[in-house]
Amino acid sequence: MSETAPTDPSADSVRREVREWLEANWDPNEDLVAWRNLLADSGWGMPVWPQQWHGRDLPQALAPVVEEEFARLGAVGVAKTGIRLLAAATLLEHGSDAHKARFLRRILTGEDTWCQLFSEPGSGSDLAGATTRADRHGDHFLVNGQKVWTTSAHHADYGLLLARTDWDVPKHQGLTYFVLDMHQEGVDVRPLKQMNGHASFNQVFFTDAVVPAENLVSAVGNGWQVAITTLMHERRGADGLRGVQRERDLPGRIYEQEREEIAVALEPYKWYPQRAGRVDLVLERAQATGRNTDPATRQEIAKLLTMARSAEWTARRARAAQQQGRPQGPEGSLGKLASSNIARQASHVHTLIAGANAMLAGEDGDLNGLIAEILISVPATSIAGGTDEIQRNIIAERVLGLPKEPRMDTGPFRDVKRN
Amino acid sequence: MHFAFTPEQEQFRDAVRRFLRDRSPPAEVRRLMDDERGHDPGVWRQMCQELGLGALHVPEDRGGQGFSVTELGIAFEEMGRALLCAPYLSSVLATTVVAEACAQEEAEQIVSRIAAGEQLAALALTEANGRWDAGGVELIADGGRLRGSKTHVIDGHAADLLIVAARASGSTGEEGLSLHVVAADAPGITRRCLTALDPTRKLAGIDFANVEARCISSDAAPALRRTLDIACVAVACELAGVAEALLESAVDYAKLRMQFGRAVGSFQAIKHKCADLLLEVELAKSAARYAAEAATVSDADLPALASLAKAAAADAAMRAARDCIQIHGGIGFTWDNDTHLWFKRAKSAEVLFGTPAWHRERLMRCSEV
Repeated sequence: MSETAPTDPSADSVRREVREWLEANWDPNEDLVAWRNLLADSGWGMPVWPQQWHGRDLPQALAPVVEEEFARLGAVGVAKTGIRLLAAATLLEHGSDAHKARFLRRILTGEDTWCQLFSEPGSGSDLAGATTRADRHGDHFLVNGQKVWTTSAHHADYGLLLARTDWDVPKHQGLTYFVLDMHQEGVDVRPLKQMNGHASFNQVFFTDAVVPAENLVSAVGNGWQVAITTLMHERRGADGLRGVQRERDLPGRIYEQEREEIAVALEPYKWYPQRAGRVDLVLERAQATGRNTDPATRQEIAKLLTMARSAEWTARRARAAQQQGRPQGPEGSLGKLASSNIARQASHVHTLIAGANAMLAGEDGDLNGLIAEILISVPATSIAGGTDEIQRNIIAERVLGLPKEPRMDTGPFRDVKRN
Repeated sequence: MHFAFTPEQEQFRDAVRRFLRDRSPPAEVRRLMDDERGHDPGVWRQMCQELGLGALHVPEDRGGQGFSVTELGIAFEEMGRALLCAPYLSSVLATTVVAEACAQEEAEQIVSRIAAGEQLAALALTEANGRWDAGGVELIADGGRLRGSKTHVIDGHAADLLIVAARASGSTGEEGLSLHVVAADAPGITRRCLTALDPTRKLAGIDFANVEARCISSDAAPALRRTLDIACVAVACELAGVAEALLESAVDYAKLRMQFGRAVGSFQAIKHKCADLLLEVELAKSAARYAAEAATVSDADLPALASLAKAAAADAAMRAARDCIQIHGGIGFTWDNDTHLWFKRAKSAEVLFGTPAWHRERLMRCSEV
């Protein structure tokens, strides 16, 4: 008959509990899916999720304790690659119990792969301007239109689809969020080749693709709110390599299966380090080429190091403020813009260092083409995950409190000028 | 390394900010710009005696307050924001070099009087060659007598006591450097207040014609090096504060100024400039604060970090100054608008103790590139 609030489990008791459970159950020769089903049943795979849905209701602060115990034994966790956890987080918040029962377990076991069908050729920064349409026909919707920049669509089982269901209301109100089965005739996935030769993304074309009404998430017209949840989790998970599992060179069937999974999931991201400019290579390249003696190049290297180190310290200031429970200062929202500037300056410096060899690529290029790949990958940094211009708007309006620009798109979407 | 201030440090910042809001409003800055002394002795005494800001970072057994360079950095950020006109930087230079160079007892004796606000002291280092490093000293000390000229001496015209960097006849580089203490009105000293681009920081030219002075160190290079590193960190913090004040002023104006039927801050041309500026100012703040921490924990990387911070903060402050005028438009170029006061401090401090390019080169050399 106690009136006290239920006490949070302590770190020690959680550590003891997970350790005992792992010691009793972990087996590196187990099948990956069978093991992950065990994790989904026990709640130890996603301990901060609700008890009812494969979790243990643990506070976020205790999650690292569980991770440490998994790491200590080398135990494999649930599948985390790709955008599956964005799908899961969105369904946990907005999905029906039927959605959760049907999709969550297979997300965690890695049996299903997901993709995000948001961006369109006609709506990039202006995501809410989507024109892919979903029209109701009795117990299902028919989807027509085109999505783009869809990572892993070619092997995805399901897509998170944002589509327009009402053209007569303002644009944010006419969108609906669906789970779309990618394995059907009306869905055509084609790779999109980038300027650096890689094809990490896809274009997805819909011609009368079918979505049963039960795959609608939340309500008709509520798609933008649901999409915001997905995007918030995307931002929180940092850009690009979210949820990357570290490859483990350990013996055992389960590790082999995990390595295969990771290799497939990471394939689209292999050029991402080059996209960020490879600041780590600058000093050794300058020394190896002798360009470290050129005063103009030295100035540019110093500018790069100053930017890169200051950005790192700024991120640490943001984290320290957060740990003290203080409101996040402006330093938190600046990271993305800083990375763009750093990548651009790094690319400039690599050009100065490479000299004439900056004209060469592939096997003829410096570092077997790696430097060339930096030079032709960096332009993606200031676009992907929100352009620099959108970041500047966000910083100026939310941090500095500058007024928004007058909008031209507040009326019925049918009348809004678009591509 | 700490990346957040302690509650005590935040309280200290609040106290300094409140004091400066009261004692260093723009009208007071303008009054002191035209004042030859360049500061208000009453305010300076209060800063020393009530706030304990004099020799804040010097150990207590050497006459200081025993705080760290981090606290010193906080004070400088706030002074940059308020554009305080006071002999603070000159005191930091003098007390640091004395605390570093002298024996404990002598240091305590000299520093405690400066810290108490009883005596103003200036470090006379730079000469006509414009060099800010110890190796640039040409003034000769010969048999306890000084011969030569110093210039760009901060608060040198108002100082009671001069700390003079000199070298032994025939020595070069960092060999043979010495430090001397002499009363500013000693026979043979001629002082001239220079017309400074930034009238909020007074500079003097000083000639020494066979001046008898007391030698306090005959191996001054290490003390001068450390003093200049700390001075760079202090100015970096000051410039971070200057940049922040300019950014705030630009943003405030962009919200108020109406053109074409809307606030100019609603145009992306203006708001993007402000967002870019915020990024540069925050990076400079991070660099300046990190360098201050490095000075506190006596990091071997202090020279590199001091140069990094000084270059970053100088560039950020100048960009803020240019952009602030630009965002203000024509009014920003007028004498009555306050922007130029901060612009001039940013411009002057950009070259003080070395230009950004000079510091970047030093950063590369310190990083063994």
